[in-house]
Parts: sequence; structure tokens; C-alpha cells
Amino acid sequence: MDFNLTDDQKMFVKLAKDFGEKRLAPTVTERDHHGIYDEEIIAEMLEMGLSGTYFPEEYGGAGADVLSYILTVEELAKYDAGVSITLSGTVSLCANPIWQFGTEEQKKKYLVPLAEGTKLGAFGLTEPNAGTDASGQQTVAVKDGDHYILNGSKIFITNAGAADIYIVFAMTDKSKGNHGITAFIVEKGWEGFTFGKKEDKLGIHTSQTMELVFQDVKVPAENLLGQEGKGFKVAMMTLDGGRIGVAAQALGIAEAALADAVEYSKQRVQFGKPLCKFQSISFKLADMKMKIEAARNLVYKAACKKQAGEPFTVDAAIAKRVASDVAMEVSVEAVQIFGGYGYSEEYPVARHMRDAKITQIYEGTNEVQLMVTAGALLQ
Amino acid sequence: MEILVCVKQVPDTAEVKIDPVKHTVIRAGVPNIFNPFDQNALEAALQLKDNQGAKVTLLSMGPPQATEVLREGLAMGADDAYLLTDRKVGGSDTLATGYCLAQAVKKVAEMKGIAQFDIVLCGKQAIDGDTAQVGPQIACELGIPQITYAAKLDVDGDKVTVKQQNEEGYIVTEAHFPVLLTAVKELNEPRFPTIRGTMKAKRREIPQLSAADINVDESRIGLSGSPTKVRKIFTPPQRTQGLVINEEDPQVAVDTLIEKLTAQKII
Repeated sequence: MDFNLTDDQKMFVKLAKDFGEKRLAPTVTERDHHGIYDEEIIAEMLEMGLSGTYFPEEYGGAGADVLSYILTVEELAKYDAGVSITLSGTVSLCANPIWQFGTEEQKKKYLVPLAEGTKLGAFGLTEPNAGTDASGQQTVAVKDGDHYILNGSKIFITNAGAADIYIVFAMTDKSKGNHGITAFIVEKGWEGFTFGKKEDKLGIHTSQTMELVFQDVKVPAENLLGQEGKGFKVAMMTLDGGRIGVAAQALGIAEAALADAVEYSKQRVQFGKPLCKFQSISFKLADMKMKIEAARNLVYKAACKKQAGEPFTVDAAIAKRVASDVAMEVSVEAVQIFGGYGYSEEYPVARHMRDAKITQIYEGTNEVQLMVTAGALLQ
Repeated sequence: MEILVCVKQVPDTAEVKIDPVKHTVIRAGVPNIFNPFDQNALEAALQLKDNQGAKVTLLSMGPPQATEVLREGLAMGADDAYLLTDRKVGGSDTLATGYCLAQAVKKVAEMKGIAQFDIVLCGKQAIDGDTAQVGPQIACELGIPQITYAAKLDVDGDKVTVKQQNEEGYIVTEAHFPVLLTAVKELNEPRFPTIRGTMKAKRREIPQLSAADINVDESRIGLSGSPTKVRKIFTPPQRTQGLVINEEDPQVAVDTLIEKLTAQKII
């Protein structure tokens, strides 16, 4: 077991760090406060090839490993959690299932531009009445000759509106429940495919979240991803990977919150000494650090298992649950250390706390992670 | 159009500390970075590659680990890279460095099968030494014109038009190829290396040149060939922050000033 990062991995972290420092950090507060999804920033991030890190070169990627990608998500999240999920949304939730389940033609047509970063991707599974229970899908796809007619809507979709390529799940046979779900690749701009309201969220304000609306959208049969009726499997396996991305995002948020808290505790003087000289604060900081390191090992382990082609469903569930809880706990403690200033939006810790909350919810709530883990444990 | 960009690996000066006793730079644990002004020089070259199909070659002089910045430059989009590395050139001052680099520029041109480079681009200075001498010295050694502190540049045919930055404003200067230019920060915003470029750059062979390869007079290089001797490096004493009294009413301002000066026993 080698806990050291390779030279390549360190280099990718440096790339993401440079980008974070130069492009994200200077404007993140303003973009967060005004809910700005900055297309230029995203385009520049994609131009750097951050969406193609672990895909093979023949599909527009760099041929590096999954951990390299996860490290970049973590690093970006330190500066801007919204931008990090934009990346994870296009890579883990859109490019990855096309790579895993797509035909050669689909990979050429869709994976290549996603990996090269000329296009952005998204994933649409959740509906008003189908969240954790995906079998409640009301979006339907009816076969009509050489295409399907798609009707329905999806909510809370990261990258919606901005993305060019969407993985959309719909019922092709309602009588079969989960076995009646099919995955499709849908392009922005197709007739009848529109976007609903932009979500007003608690955090990750710099990412864009909207509703997808499908009204008699003609989807060519060749855009079916995987097999008819096997969409549930596509969704679950895709979310396994997405969970590592969210776990990395959570890890980055936690690290940023700790770094801010450490710095503040050295500067803020009360009763004649800096806060960090009080054991009540220094132990709090140490506790935050311990939780982060524990989470880090779980996140990296899940990424390495995915890379090795081993089953990683449970590892991803554990990593996501632990890292997101750590992000929440650590960011709340960071706010506490900042005291009144922590509650002010003038300091970044309030943003970290707001951003952390979503990591306990999306890509499967943390309760789902317990279901996954318990299920495997009691099999 | 053949462009050569001189790049240097430097310690990140934001992290550098000076040993208060020995008066030397503490290098241990300080990360090395791509000299920022050299990144501006490279970006200018890469823009000429994007827009006019220029070929971009990198050259660095330094220890073997300087290949790191060359690989970073390749990952940003440069076509070729060469490293001049030899213990004999270690300790060179700016004069000796300029001489070595000029010889290396000639050698690289020969290796590439071209008569000479049309443009040699350098950063205005390296952030470790801050001398801003090496670029001009390379031009002198090569016997080509130089335009320093380029804040904007246009290339039309074999003519370069440069907006040259100085303390009072700008001077617009023209020159024909071959020419050496040095870049300031205002010239552009350097692009980020790409992940794919980084992976490709890793596999690239970077030819290394020795002092013998570049045909130098050994009495003009290295510590012994350098007329400059560094006696001492020190951190200048930090000036304490001044106080600005900014009152609308001059009477109040004067009263405040008198009060402060009296309290400090100055008057």
C-alpha cells in the first residue's frame, strides 16, 4: 500500500491549484453571492483538459488515472465547490457512463468532445416524485419506428442549461418498475427539450441547477445508452462513480474550512493571546484535521479501486457518507471558531458551511449510502 | 517563424527566506516554479504559434531538475525543449549566463537545421535575481537588436512592433528579425498547461547540452569566469507603516497631528 501520490498526480494537483488560485479565488465570493455560473471560467477549466483526465487518449482523454481526476475535483473544491461539481457532473455523471456503456459510435460522437472539454455534460434521473426511489420515474419514452418519443421532466439537474449532452432516464415499460427504466443520450437544442426554472439553492451558487422539460422529444434509437430496460443499472453504476466525485468535493470543502480556521485562529486575539493558544480551539482544529485525514483515505481508496476495475460500490458509499459528514462538521466548527465573523458572509467559512450541506444529499443521500453499505453487509 | 523562448526555474520567492546569520537564501523546502515573466514570454510565442504558425522552442540553463519547467512549457504548447546543464556553468553571473545562453541559442538553431531564430523571447527578469540583465546580454552576444519590457507586440512579416513599457509610459519601437524581446507581465495572461499536454510532455525526450556542446570559452563561464561576486544577501529592514491623517477640517487634522507628535515626544 503506497500512500504517496505519483509525480503525475502531484502535477495535476498543481494544475488545479494554479487554476483555483488564479481564476477561482479572486471572484468566488462575488460569484457565490450573486449566484453566477461563469461560462468563461468553465470553458477555461475544460480547455485545460480537466474533464478528460482518466479517459483513454483515443477518446480525447489524457490516459491518466481516476485518482488524478479525483484529486483535481478536491483541489478545485477548496477554491470553489460549485465549479468542482460542474466538473464532476460532466465527467462522472455524463462522460463516464458513455465510456462504460456506450457504443463505439456513441463514444466517438459524445465522449470525445466531453473528454476534450469542447462540450459539457449532465445527468437527469431525479424527478419531483422519484428521488431515492428511482422506480417512481414518470418520464416516459415510447418507441416509434427508429426513434423514441420522450415526455416528462427532471429536477435539480446540475449543469442543466449549460450542458450540451444529457444522460436522461425514462420508463420504457412502466409495468416493470426498475427493470423498465432506460437511459438515453439527449442533446441540447433538440425540439421539445427545454429548461425550467433555475434553482435558488442554499449553497454551490456558482454551479447551475435547473429543471429539464421534455415535450415529445424525438430521440434516435441509436442514442439509447446500454440496453432497453437496463437503465437502472446504468444509473446506479454511474452514481457509484459520482459519489467519489462528491466525496472529493466534500473533502476539498472541509480542507478549505480548516485552512481558514487555522489562519484565523492564529490572528484573532482574545484575552491577550491568539485563539489557537486556547486548548479549546487547538483541540477543535486537531479534531477537524483528524476527521479530514480519515475521510481522505476513504476517498482515495474508492478512487483507486475504481481505477483497478474492482467493485467499488460500497467503498464509494462509505467515502461519500464519511467525507460529506466531515465537510459538514468541519465547516460548522470553522464557523464556530470565527464566531460572529463566521456568521457573516464577508468571510468564506459561511460559504463553506452552505456548500457542505449538499454533499450529504446529492448523488444519493447519506441515508442511501447507509442502505447500500448495510445491504452489502447483510447480504 | 522560428521562436526561441528562454525559461528559468526559480525558487518561489513568495516562500523564500534569508538566513539571518549566513546571509544566504534558504532553498530547502522552497518549491521551484516557472519564472512568471518567462511564462509571459512563452504565452506571446504561443499566440504567434496559434495565429501565425510559428514554431516554439524552449531553452533553459540550470540543473537537471530544470526539465520540470521545460515539460511545463511543452504542456502549454511549445514544440521543442533543450536544457543546457553542466557543472561547469554553475555559479555563472549574468554576464557568463548571457554568454552561455547565446552560445546555446546558436547551437540549438544548428541542431534544428535553421540559420537562426527569428525571435528570441525572454522574461524581463527572473524573480530570484531580479537583474533584468540576461536577456539584453544574450542579444549583445548574438549581435542582434533587442527590445526590452514588451507590453504588447505585433508581428507583420519580418517586422516586430513593440509597445515598450518604461517608468513614464510607453515607447513604440519597431525592429526586423532577428530580434530579442523581453516580456513584462502586462504583455498577456499566460495559459494553463493542459492535462493531455502534461501527459504527452512527460514522455518527451529533452536533449541536454553540455558546455562542450555549445563551444564556449571556459574562462568566461562558471564561478571563475564571472566578474560579479556576491558579498552578502540580506533582507532590507521593513519600513513601518506610515499614518495618514485624513480629516475634512484642516484644523482637526493639524490638532490630531500635534497630538500624535506630542504623544510620541517628537515635539
